[in-house]
Amino acid sequence: MAARTAGPVTATGVRRAFGDTVVLDGVDISIAAGEVVALLGGSGSGKSTLLRILAGLDGEATGDVSTTGATAVVFQEHRLLPWKRVAANVALGVRGPALRERVDAALEEVGLADRRDAWPAELSGGQAQRVAFARALVREPDLLLLDEPFGALDALTRLRMQTLFGRLRATHGFAALFVTHDVDEALLLADRVLVLDGGRIAEDRPVPLPRPRAVDMPGFGASRRSLLDLLNVPVG
Amino acid sequence: MTTLLTRPPSLRVPPRRRPAARRWLRAVTPLALLAGWEGGVRGGLLDPDKLPAPSAVLETGWRLALEGTLGEYLLDSVQRAVLGLLIGGLLGLALGTLAGLVRLGDDLVDPTVQMARMLPHLGLVPLLIIWVGIGESLKVTLVALGAFFPIYLNTYSGIRNIDERLVEAARTCGLSSLERIWHVVVPGALPSLFLGVRLAFAAGWLSLVVGEQVNGQGGLGFMMMEAREFSQTDVVVLGLVAYALLGLVSDLLLRLGERRLLAWRHGLRAR
Repeated sequence: MAARTAGPVTATGVRRAFGDTVVLDGVDISIAAGEVVALLGGSGSGKSTLLRILAGLDGEATGDVSTTGATAVVFQEHRLLPWKRVAANVALGVRGPALRERVDAALEEVGLADRRDAWPAELSGGQAQRVAFARALVREPDLLLLDEPFGALDALTRLRMQTLFGRLRATHGFAALFVTHDVDEALLLADRVLVLDGGRIAEDRPVPLPRPRAVDMPGFGASRRSLLDLLNVPVG
Repeated sequence: MTTLLTRPPSLRVPPRRRPAARRWLRAVTPLALLAGWEGGVRGGLLDPDKLPAPSAVLETGWRLALEGTLGEYLLDSVQRAVLGLLIGGLLGLALGTLAGLVRLGDDLVDPTVQMARMLPHLGLVPLLIIWVGIGESLKVTLVALGAFFPIYLNTYSGIRNIDERLVEAARTCGLSSLERIWHVVVPGALPSLFLGVRLAFAAGWLSLVVGEQVNGQGGLGFMMMEAREFSQTDVVVLGLVAYALLGLVSDLLLRLGERRLLAWRHGLRAR
Protein backbone atom coordinates (compact mmCIF):
# COMPACT_ATOMS: atom_id res chain seq x y z
CA MET A 1 0.00 0.00 0.00
CA ALA A 2 1.60 3.20 -1.13
CA ALA A 3 1.45 6.14 1.22
CA ARG A 4 -1.37 8.52 0.37
CA THR A 5 1.00 11.38 0.06
CA ALA A 6 2.76 9.54 -2.76
CA GLY A 7 2.01 10.72 -6.23
CA PRO A 8 -0.09 9.01 -8.82
CA VAL A 9 2.79 6.79 -9.90
CA THR A 10 5.84 5.33 -8.23
CA ALA A 11 8.08 2.75 -9.83
CA THR A 12 11.23 1.17 -8.48
CA GLY A 13 13.76 -1.16 -10.01
CA VAL A 14 12.02 -1.41 -13.37
CA ARG A 15 13.86 -3.77 -15.71
CA ARG A 16 13.02 -4.79 -19.21
CA ALA A 17 15.04 -6.75 -21.73
CA PHE A 18 14.24 -7.68 -25.30
CA GLY A 19 16.16 -10.89 -25.80
CA ASP A 20 19.73 -10.15 -24.74
CA THR A 21 19.34 -6.41 -25.04
CA VAL A 22 18.67 -4.80 -21.71
CA VAL A 23 16.69 -1.65 -22.38
CA LEU A 24 15.76 -0.65 -18.85
CA ASP A 25 18.14 -1.61 -16.10
CA GLY A 26 16.66 -0.61 -12.79
CA VAL A 27 14.72 2.58 -13.33
CA ASP A 28 13.30 4.44 -10.34
CA ILE A 29 10.71 7.06 -11.04
CA SER A 30 8.19 8.90 -8.96
CA ILE A 31 5.82 11.63 -9.96
CA ALA A 32 4.03 13.92 -7.52
CA ALA A 33 0.39 14.87 -7.84
CA GLY A 34 -0.07 17.54 -10.46
CA GLU A 35 3.54 17.46 -11.57
CA VAL A 36 4.51 17.54 -15.25
CA VAL A 37 7.60 15.52 -16.02
CA ALA A 38 9.36 15.28 -19.36
CA LEU A 39 11.22 12.10 -20.21
CA LEU A 40 14.10 12.75 -22.59
CA GLY A 41 16.61 10.43 -24.13
CA GLY A 42 18.15 9.40 -27.41
CA SER A 43 16.27 7.16 -29.72
CA GLY A 44 16.30 3.57 -28.52
CA SER A 45 16.95 4.66 -24.96
CA GLY A 46 13.76 3.00 -23.77
CA LYS A 47 11.60 6.10 -23.18
CA SER A 48 8.53 4.62 -24.80
CA THR A 49 9.17 1.24 -23.20
CA LEU A 50 9.17 2.86 -19.77
CA LEU A 51 5.96 4.73 -20.53
CA ARG A 52 4.26 1.55 -21.72
CA ILE A 53 5.30 -0.21 -18.54
CA LEU A 54 3.83 2.58 -16.42
CA ALA A 55 0.65 2.35 -18.51
CA GLY A 56 0.39 -1.33 -17.71
CA LEU A 57 0.84 -2.36 -21.33
CA ASP A 58 3.98 -4.43 -20.87
CA GLY A 59 3.53 -7.76 -19.15
CA GLU A 60 7.17 -8.79 -19.32
CA ALA A 61 8.81 -6.04 -17.32
CA THR A 62 9.98 -6.64 -13.78
CA GLY A 63 10.10 -4.26 -10.86
CA ASP A 64 7.48 -2.50 -8.78
CA VAL A 65 5.02 -0.11 -10.35
CA SER A 66 2.24 1.30 -8.25
CA THR A 67 -0.28 3.76 -9.55
CA THR A 68 -3.10 5.39 -7.69
CA GLY A 69 -6.13 7.01 -9.24
CA ALA A 70 -7.09 7.10 -12.89
CA THR A 71 -4.49 6.90 -15.63
CA ALA A 72 -5.01 7.87 -19.25
CA VAL A 73 -2.67 7.50 -22.21
CA VAL A 74 -2.16 9.60 -25.32
CA PHE A 75 -0.05 7.99 -28.03
CA GLN A 76 1.96 9.50 -30.84
CA GLU A 77 -0.70 8.39 -33.29
CA HIS A 78 -4.25 9.27 -32.34
CA ARG A 79 -5.35 5.60 -32.28
CA LEU A 80 -9.03 6.44 -32.62
CA LEU A 81 -11.25 3.56 -33.70
CA PRO A 82 -12.08 4.37 -37.32
CA TRP A 83 -15.50 2.71 -37.08
CA LYS A 84 -16.72 4.88 -34.23
CA ARG A 85 -17.71 8.49 -34.53
CA VAL A 86 -15.74 11.06 -32.56
CA ALA A 87 -18.11 11.16 -29.57
CA ALA A 88 -18.22 7.36 -29.30
CA ASN A 89 -14.44 7.25 -29.43
CA VAL A 90 -14.18 9.71 -26.57
CA ALA A 91 -16.77 7.77 -24.56
CA LEU A 92 -15.04 4.42 -25.13
CA GLY A 93 -14.98 2.46 -21.90
CA VAL A 94 -16.29 5.34 -19.79
CA ARG A 95 -19.17 4.54 -17.48
CA GLY A 96 -21.29 6.64 -15.20
CA PRO A 97 -24.08 9.16 -15.35
CA ALA A 98 -24.32 12.12 -17.71
CA LEU A 99 -21.87 10.51 -20.09
CA ARG A 100 -23.03 12.52 -23.06
CA GLU A 101 -22.55 15.81 -21.21
CA ARG A 102 -19.10 14.78 -20.07
CA VAL A 103 -18.09 13.78 -23.58
CA ASP A 104 -19.38 17.05 -24.98
CA ALA A 105 -17.56 19.00 -22.30
CA ALA A 106 -14.29 17.24 -23.11
CA LEU A 107 -14.72 17.90 -26.83
CA GLU A 108 -15.56 21.50 -26.06
CA GLU A 109 -12.32 21.85 -24.14
CA VAL A 110 -10.25 20.75 -27.11
CA GLY A 111 -12.33 22.97 -29.40
CA LEU A 112 -14.05 20.21 -31.35
CA ALA A 113 -17.60 20.30 -29.98
CA ASP A 114 -18.95 20.63 -33.51
CA ARG A 115 -17.19 17.50 -34.76
CA ARG A 116 -18.75 15.06 -32.31
CA ASP A 117 -20.53 13.17 -35.09
CA ALA A 118 -17.63 13.07 -37.55
CA TRP A 119 -15.77 9.90 -38.48
CA PRO A 120 -12.09 9.89 -37.47
CA ALA A 121 -11.15 9.61 -41.15
CA GLU A 122 -12.73 13.01 -41.73
CA LEU A 123 -10.45 14.77 -39.26
CA SER A 124 -7.07 16.35 -39.86
CA GLY A 125 -4.08 14.99 -37.97
CA GLY A 126 -4.21 17.78 -35.41
CA GLN A 127 -7.95 17.41 -34.88
CA ALA A 128 -7.64 13.66 -34.41
CA GLN A 129 -4.94 14.17 -31.82
CA ARG A 130 -7.15 16.67 -30.01
CA VAL A 131 -9.90 14.04 -29.93
CA ALA A 132 -7.35 11.65 -28.44
CA PHE A 133 -6.73 14.27 -25.74
CA ALA A 134 -10.49 14.58 -25.15
CA ARG A 135 -10.66 10.79 -24.85
CA ALA A 136 -8.02 11.00 -22.12
CA LEU A 137 -9.59 14.01 -20.37
CA VAL A 138 -13.06 12.53 -20.08
CA ARG A 139 -11.56 9.88 -17.80
CA GLU A 140 -10.57 12.68 -15.35
CA PRO A 141 -7.07 11.23 -15.00
CA ASP A 142 -4.79 11.81 -12.04
CA LEU A 143 -1.95 10.84 -14.31
CA LEU A 144 -1.64 11.40 -18.01
CA LEU A 145 0.97 9.37 -19.87
CA LEU A 146 1.94 10.82 -23.23
CA ASP A 147 4.17 9.12 -25.77
CA GLU A 148 5.51 11.83 -28.06
CA PRO A 149 2.00 13.22 -28.28
CA PHE A 150 2.93 15.99 -30.69
CA GLY A 151 5.56 14.08 -32.61
CA ALA A 152 3.47 13.33 -35.67
CA LEU A 153 2.15 16.87 -36.11
CA ASP A 154 3.41 19.70 -38.29
CA ALA A 155 5.31 22.53 -36.59
CA LEU A 156 2.42 24.99 -36.35
CA THR A 157 -0.11 22.46 -35.10
CA ARG A 158 2.48 21.32 -32.66
CA LEU A 159 2.80 24.79 -31.14
CA ARG A 160 -0.96 25.09 -30.82
CA MET A 161 -1.18 21.67 -29.20
CA GLN A 162 1.53 22.57 -26.70
CA THR A 163 -0.46 25.65 -25.70
CA LEU A 164 -3.59 23.52 -25.44
CA PHE A 165 -1.77 21.04 -23.25
CA GLY A 166 -0.63 23.82 -20.92
CA ARG A 167 -4.16 25.12 -20.62
CA LEU A 168 -5.68 21.70 -19.95
CA ARG A 169 -3.04 21.00 -17.36
CA ALA A 170 -3.78 24.30 -15.59
CA THR A 171 -7.53 23.56 -15.56
CA HIS A 172 -7.43 19.93 -14.50
CA GLY A 173 -4.29 19.73 -12.44
CA PHE A 174 -3.39 16.23 -13.58
CA ALA A 175 0.12 14.92 -13.26
CA ALA A 176 1.76 14.06 -16.55
CA LEU A 177 4.71 12.13 -17.83
CA PHE A 178 5.51 12.83 -21.42
CA VAL A 179 8.09 11.25 -23.63
CA THR A 180 9.69 13.63 -26.05
CA HIS A 181 12.89 14.08 -27.98
CA ASP A 182 12.31 17.79 -28.30
CA VAL A 183 14.29 19.74 -25.71
CA ASP A 184 12.31 22.94 -26.31
CA GLU A 185 9.06 21.11 -25.74
CA ALA A 186 10.36 19.66 -22.48
CA LEU A 187 11.45 23.07 -21.24
CA LEU A 188 8.19 24.74 -22.24
CA LEU A 189 5.87 22.25 -20.59
CA ALA A 190 7.61 20.37 -17.81
CA ASP A 191 8.26 21.08 -14.14
CA ARG A 192 10.99 18.50 -14.13
CA VAL A 193 13.10 16.79 -16.75
CA LEU A 194 14.35 13.21 -16.62
CA VAL A 195 17.02 11.94 -18.97
CA LEU A 196 17.09 8.23 -19.71
CA ASP A 197 20.48 6.85 -20.65
CA GLY A 198 22.04 3.40 -20.45
CA GLY A 199 18.83 1.94 -19.08
CA ARG A 200 18.73 4.24 -16.08
CA ILE A 201 17.56 7.70 -15.16
CA ALA A 202 20.83 9.53 -15.74
CA GLU A 203 19.60 12.96 -14.83
CA ASP A 204 16.72 14.35 -12.84
CA ARG A 205 16.50 18.11 -12.70
CA PRO A 206 13.79 20.70 -12.19
CA VAL A 207 13.14 23.29 -14.88
CA PRO A 208 14.10 26.57 -13.25
CA LEU A 209 11.95 28.78 -15.48
CA PRO A 210 8.90 30.73 -14.29
CA ARG A 211 5.56 30.33 -16.09
CA PRO A 212 4.30 31.37 -18.57
CA ARG A 213 7.25 30.18 -20.60
CA ALA A 214 8.45 31.07 -24.04
CA VAL A 215 11.48 30.08 -26.05
CA ASP A 216 12.74 33.69 -26.08
CA MET A 217 12.53 34.23 -22.32
CA PRO A 218 15.74 34.87 -20.36
CA GLY A 219 17.32 31.68 -19.06
CA PHE A 220 15.69 29.47 -21.69
CA GLY A 221 18.76 29.37 -23.87
CA ALA A 222 21.02 28.40 -21.00
CA SER A 223 18.71 25.61 -19.85
CA ARG A 224 18.45 24.39 -23.41
CA ARG A 225 22.22 24.28 -23.84
CA SER A 226 22.81 22.35 -20.65
CA LEU A 227 20.11 19.83 -21.53
CA LEU A 228 21.52 19.32 -24.99
CA ASP A 229 24.92 18.80 -23.38
CA LEU A 230 23.44 16.05 -21.28
CA LEU A 231 22.03 14.43 -24.37
CA ASN A 232 25.47 14.63 -25.99
CA VAL A 233 24.29 16.95 -28.72
CA PRO A 234 27.01 19.49 -29.55
CA VAL A 235 25.64 23.02 -29.69
CA GLY A 236 27.21 25.09 -32.42
CA MET B 1 -11.13 34.14 -61.62
CA THR B 2 -7.99 35.62 -63.10
CA THR B 3 -6.00 32.80 -61.58
CA LEU B 4 -7.77 30.46 -63.93
CA LEU B 5 -6.40 32.35 -66.90
CA THR B 6 -2.83 32.16 -65.69
CA ARG B 7 -2.97 28.41 -65.23
CA PRO B 8 -0.92 26.65 -67.91
CA PRO B 9 -3.13 24.78 -70.33
CA SER B 10 -1.39 21.45 -69.74
CA LEU B 11 -2.64 21.43 -66.16
CA ARG B 12 -6.24 21.86 -67.09
CA VAL B 13 -8.36 18.98 -65.85
CA PRO B 14 -10.70 17.57 -68.49
CA PRO B 15 -14.32 17.92 -67.46
CA ARG B 16 -15.56 14.69 -65.96
CA ARG B 17 -18.60 13.07 -67.45
CA ARG B 18 -21.60 13.21 -65.20
CA PRO B 19 -22.28 9.95 -63.32
CA ALA B 20 -25.66 9.51 -65.03
CA ALA B 21 -24.11 9.81 -68.46
CA ARG B 22 -21.42 7.33 -67.54
CA ARG B 23 -23.96 4.82 -66.31
CA TRP B 24 -25.70 4.91 -69.68
CA LEU B 25 -22.42 4.48 -71.42
CA ARG B 26 -21.76 1.30 -69.46
CA ALA B 27 -25.04 -0.18 -70.70
CA VAL B 28 -24.10 0.30 -74.34
CA THR B 29 -21.98 -2.84 -74.83
CA PRO B 30 -24.34 -5.38 -73.23
CA LEU B 31 -27.30 -3.87 -75.08
CA ALA B 32 -25.43 -4.04 -78.38
CA LEU B 33 -24.56 -7.70 -77.73
CA LEU B 34 -28.19 -8.49 -76.99
CA ALA B 35 -29.33 -6.72 -80.14
CA GLY B 36 -26.70 -8.56 -82.19
CA TRP B 37 -27.82 -11.88 -80.72
CA GLU B 38 -31.49 -11.19 -81.48
CA GLY B 39 -30.66 -9.95 -84.98
CA GLY B 40 -28.41 -12.97 -85.58
CA VAL B 41 -31.20 -15.40 -84.82
CA ARG B 42 -33.81 -13.50 -86.81
CA GLY B 43 -31.48 -13.04 -89.73
CA GLY B 44 -30.83 -16.79 -89.85
CA LEU B 45 -27.17 -16.56 -88.85
CA LEU B 46 -27.77 -18.47 -85.60
CA ASP B 47 -29.76 -21.69 -85.38
CA PRO B 48 -32.63 -21.13 -82.89
CA ASP B 49 -32.36 -24.80 -81.86
CA LYS B 50 -28.81 -24.16 -80.74
CA LEU B 51 -29.31 -20.68 -79.37
CA PRO B 52 -32.80 -19.19 -79.25
CA ALA B 53 -33.27 -15.42 -79.47
CA PRO B 54 -33.41 -13.41 -76.24
CA SER B 55 -37.00 -12.54 -77.00
CA ALA B 56 -37.87 -16.26 -77.20
CA VAL B 57 -36.14 -16.93 -73.90
CA LEU B 58 -38.02 -14.05 -72.33
CA GLU B 59 -41.27 -15.41 -73.71
CA THR B 60 -40.57 -18.88 -72.31
CA GLY B 61 -39.70 -17.33 -68.98
CA TRP B 62 -42.97 -15.44 -68.93
CA ARG B 63 -44.92 -18.58 -69.83
CA LEU B 64 -43.25 -20.70 -67.15
CA ALA B 65 -43.66 -17.93 -64.61
CA LEU B 66 -47.39 -17.79 -65.33
CA GLU B 67 -47.62 -21.55 -65.02
CA GLY B 68 -45.90 -21.29 -61.66
CA THR B 69 -43.16 -23.82 -62.43
CA LEU B 70 -40.41 -21.23 -62.74
CA GLY B 71 -41.20 -19.75 -59.34
CA GLU B 72 -41.31 -23.20 -57.80
CA TYR B 73 -37.92 -24.24 -59.22
CA LEU B 74 -36.44 -20.88 -58.26
CA LEU B 75 -37.62 -21.30 -54.68
CA ASP B 76 -36.14 -24.81 -54.54
CA SER B 77 -32.77 -23.49 -55.62
CA VAL B 78 -32.86 -20.49 -53.31
CA GLN B 79 -33.74 -22.69 -50.35
CA ARG B 80 -30.80 -24.98 -51.01
CA ALA B 81 -28.50 -22.01 -51.41
CA VAL B 82 -29.62 -20.29 -48.23
CA LEU B 83 -29.42 -23.45 -46.16
CA GLY B 84 -25.98 -24.36 -47.50
CA LEU B 85 -24.65 -20.84 -47.06
CA LEU B 86 -25.94 -20.70 -43.51
CA ILE B 87 -24.41 -24.00 -42.51
CA GLY B 88 -21.07 -23.46 -44.25
CA GLY B 89 -20.94 -19.78 -43.36
CA LEU B 90 -21.64 -20.20 -39.67
CA LEU B 91 -19.16 -23.04 -39.43
CA GLY B 92 -16.53 -20.95 -41.23
CA LEU B 93 -17.26 -17.98 -38.99
CA ALA B 94 -17.02 -20.04 -35.82
CA LEU B 95 -13.80 -21.84 -36.74
CA GLY B 96 -12.24 -18.70 -38.25
CA THR B 97 -12.97 -16.78 -35.06
CA LEU B 98 -11.56 -19.57 -32.92
CA ALA B 99 -8.37 -19.79 -34.97
CA GLY B 100 -8.05 -16.01 -35.22
CA LEU B 101 -8.52 -15.25 -31.54
CA VAL B 102 -7.10 -18.20 -29.65
CA ARG B 103 -3.60 -19.52 -30.17
CA LEU B 104 -4.61 -23.07 -29.30
CA GLY B 105 -7.45 -22.84 -31.80
CA ASP B 106 -5.00 -21.58 -34.39
CA ASP B 107 -2.73 -24.59 -33.88
CA LEU B 108 -5.55 -27.10 -33.88
CA VAL B 109 -7.68 -25.71 -36.69
CA ASP B 110 -5.74 -23.65 -39.17
CA PRO B 111 -3.21 -26.14 -40.63
CA THR B 112 -5.94 -28.69 -41.20
CA VAL B 113 -8.24 -26.21 -42.89
CA GLN B 114 -5.41 -24.89 -45.03
CA MET B 115 -4.72 -28.43 -46.22
CA ALA B 116 -8.37 -29.24 -46.83
CA ARG B 117 -8.65 -26.03 -48.84
CA MET B 118 -6.41 -27.55 -51.48
CA LEU B 119 -9.05 -30.17 -52.27
CA PRO B 120 -11.28 -28.93 -55.09
CA HIS B 121 -14.59 -29.37 -53.33
CA LEU B 122 -16.52 -29.91 -56.56
CA GLY B 123 -14.30 -32.93 -57.19
CA LEU B 124 -15.79 -34.47 -54.08
CA VAL B 125 -19.10 -35.06 -55.83
CA PRO B 126 -18.60 -38.82 -56.44
CA LEU B 127 -17.55 -39.34 -52.84
CA LEU B 128 -20.40 -37.22 -51.54
CA ILE B 129 -22.88 -39.21 -53.60
CA ILE B 130 -21.68 -42.34 -51.83
CA TRP B 131 -21.87 -40.64 -48.47
CA VAL B 132 -25.10 -38.66 -48.58
CA GLY B 133 -26.84 -39.87 -51.72
CA ILE B 134 -28.10 -37.76 -54.59
CA GLY B 135 -30.90 -36.01 -52.73
CA GLU B 136 -31.17 -32.62 -51.05
CA SER B 137 -28.28 -33.24 -48.68
CA LEU B 138 -25.85 -33.47 -51.59
CA LYS B 139 -26.78 -30.02 -52.87
CA VAL B 140 -26.76 -28.43 -49.44
CA THR B 141 -23.45 -30.07 -48.54
CA LEU B 142 -21.83 -28.84 -51.73
CA VAL B 143 -22.99 -25.27 -51.15
CA ALA B 144 -21.89 -25.44 -47.53
CA LEU B 145 -18.44 -26.66 -48.55
CA GLY B 146 -18.16 -23.89 -51.13
CA ALA B 147 -19.17 -21.24 -48.60
CA PHE B 148 -17.08 -22.53 -45.73
CA PHE B 149 -13.59 -21.81 -47.02
CA PRO B 150 -13.89 -18.18 -48.11
CA ILE B 151 -15.67 -17.28 -44.88
CA TYR B 152 -13.17 -19.13 -42.74
CA LEU B 153 -10.14 -17.63 -44.50
CA ASN B 154 -11.43 -14.07 -44.45
CA THR B 155 -12.64 -14.22 -40.87
CA TYR B 156 -9.24 -15.51 -39.85
CA SER B 157 -7.24 -12.93 -41.77
CA GLY B 158 -9.65 -10.15 -40.80
CA ILE B 159 -9.01 -10.85 -37.14
CA ARG B 160 -5.28 -11.34 -37.62
CA ASN B 161 -4.83 -8.08 -39.51
CA ILE B 162 -6.43 -5.87 -36.90
CA ASP B 163 -4.11 -3.05 -35.89
CA GLU B 164 -2.61 -4.15 -32.59
CA ARG B 165 -2.19 -0.51 -31.60
CA LEU B 166 -5.96 -0.01 -31.60
CA VAL B 167 -6.42 -2.99 -29.32
CA GLU B 168 -3.80 -1.50 -27.03
CA ALA B 169 -5.51 1.90 -27.03
CA ALA B 170 -8.79 0.19 -26.13
CA ARG B 171 -7.00 -1.48 -23.26
CA THR B 172 -5.78 1.84 -21.89
CA CYS B 173 -9.39 3.01 -22.10
CA GLY B 174 -10.27 0.30 -19.60
CA LEU B 175 -12.02 -2.16 -21.92
CA SER B 176 -12.15 -5.77 -20.78
CA SER B 177 -11.12 -8.46 -23.25
CA LEU B 178 -14.74 -9.21 -24.17
CA GLU B 179 -15.39 -5.52 -24.70
CA ARG B 180 -12.26 -5.27 -26.84
CA ILE B 181 -13.55 -8.07 -29.03
CA TRP B 182 -16.87 -6.34 -29.42
CA HIS B 183 -15.60 -2.79 -29.97
CA VAL B 184 -12.36 -3.44 -31.81
CA VAL B 185 -12.07 -6.96 -33.21
CA VAL B 186 -15.58 -7.41 -34.63
CA PRO B 187 -15.81 -4.07 -36.45
CA GLY B 188 -12.18 -4.33 -37.49
CA ALA B 189 -12.70 -7.74 -39.07
CA LEU B 190 -15.98 -6.80 -40.70
CA PRO B 191 -14.64 -5.49 -44.03
CA SER B 192 -12.70 -8.70 -44.54
CA LEU B 193 -15.71 -10.75 -43.48
CA PHE B 194 -17.84 -9.02 -46.08
CA LEU B 195 -15.32 -9.95 -48.71
CA GLY B 196 -15.54 -13.52 -47.48
CA VAL B 197 -19.33 -13.53 -47.69
CA ARG B 198 -19.20 -12.19 -51.20
CA LEU B 199 -16.77 -14.92 -52.28
CA ALA B 200 -18.90 -17.47 -50.43
CA PHE B 201 -21.94 -16.39 -52.42
CA ALA B 202 -20.08 -16.86 -55.66
CA ALA B 203 -18.72 -20.27 -54.61
CA GLY B 204 -22.13 -21.24 -53.23
CA TRP B 205 -23.96 -20.52 -56.48
CA LEU B 206 -21.35 -22.40 -58.45
CA SER B 207 -21.63 -25.41 -56.14
CA LEU B 208 -25.39 -25.29 -56.45
CA VAL B 209 -25.25 -25.33 -60.24
CA VAL B 210 -23.01 -28.38 -60.19
CA GLY B 211 -25.00 -30.11 -57.45
CA GLU B 212 -28.35 -29.60 -59.14
CA GLN B 213 -27.11 -31.14 -62.36
CA VAL B 214 -26.24 -34.39 -60.63
CA ASN B 215 -29.83 -35.45 -60.34
CA GLY B 216 -32.72 -34.87 -58.05
CA GLN B 217 -36.04 -33.20 -58.03
CA GLY B 218 -36.84 -29.53 -58.39
CA GLY B 219 -34.56 -26.60 -58.73
CA LEU B 220 -33.26 -24.69 -61.71
CA GLY B 221 -30.67 -27.35 -62.54
CA PHE B 222 -33.38 -29.99 -62.71
CA MET B 223 -35.40 -27.74 -64.99
CA MET B 224 -32.41 -27.33 -67.29
CA MET B 225 -31.49 -31.01 -67.39
CA GLU B 226 -35.06 -31.94 -68.13
CA ALA B 227 -35.29 -29.35 -70.89
CA ARG B 228 -32.11 -30.70 -72.45
CA GLU B 229 -33.70 -34.14 -72.75
CA PHE B 230 -36.46 -32.57 -74.81
CA SER B 231 -34.12 -30.20 -76.63
CA GLN B 232 -35.89 -27.16 -75.19
CA THR B 233 -32.91 -24.87 -75.64
CA ASP B 234 -34.93 -21.83 -74.61
CA VAL B 235 -35.56 -23.34 -71.17
CA VAL B 236 -31.88 -24.23 -70.80
CA VAL B 237 -30.87 -20.65 -71.54
CA LEU B 238 -33.63 -19.42 -69.24
CA GLY B 239 -32.12 -21.48 -66.42
CA LEU B 240 -28.76 -19.84 -67.03
CA VAL B 241 -30.32 -16.40 -66.98
CA ALA B 242 -32.12 -17.22 -63.74
CA TYR B 243 -28.86 -18.39 -62.12
CA ALA B 244 -27.15 -15.20 -63.21
CA LEU B 245 -29.97 -13.06 -61.87
CA LEU B 246 -29.88 -14.85 -58.53
CA GLY B 247 -26.17 -14.16 -58.27
CA LEU B 248 -26.71 -10.53 -59.19
CA VAL B 249 -29.50 -10.01 -56.67
CA SER B 250 -27.54 -11.61 -53.83
CA ASP B 251 -24.57 -9.40 -54.66
CA LEU B 252 -26.74 -6.29 -54.66
CA LEU B 253 -28.21 -7.18 -51.27
CA LEU B 254 -24.74 -7.70 -49.93
CA ARG B 255 -23.55 -4.35 -51.21
CA LEU B 256 -26.51 -2.72 -49.54
CA GLY B 257 -25.64 -4.32 -46.22
CA GLU B 258 -22.02 -3.39 -46.67
CA ARG B 259 -22.85 0.24 -47.29
CA ARG B 260 -24.84 0.36 -44.08
CA LEU B 261 -22.45 -1.49 -41.82
CA LEU B 262 -19.24 -0.04 -43.21
CA ALA B 263 -20.40 3.56 -43.43
CA TRP B 264 -17.24 4.67 -41.67
CA ARG B 265 -15.16 3.63 -44.64
CA HIS B 266 -16.79 6.13 -46.94
CA GLY B 267 -15.10 8.86 -44.98
CA LEU B 268 -11.81 7.12 -45.73
CA ARG B 269 -12.55 6.79 -49.40
CA ALA B 270 -13.50 10.41 -49.78
CA ARG B 271 -9.98 11.49 -48.87
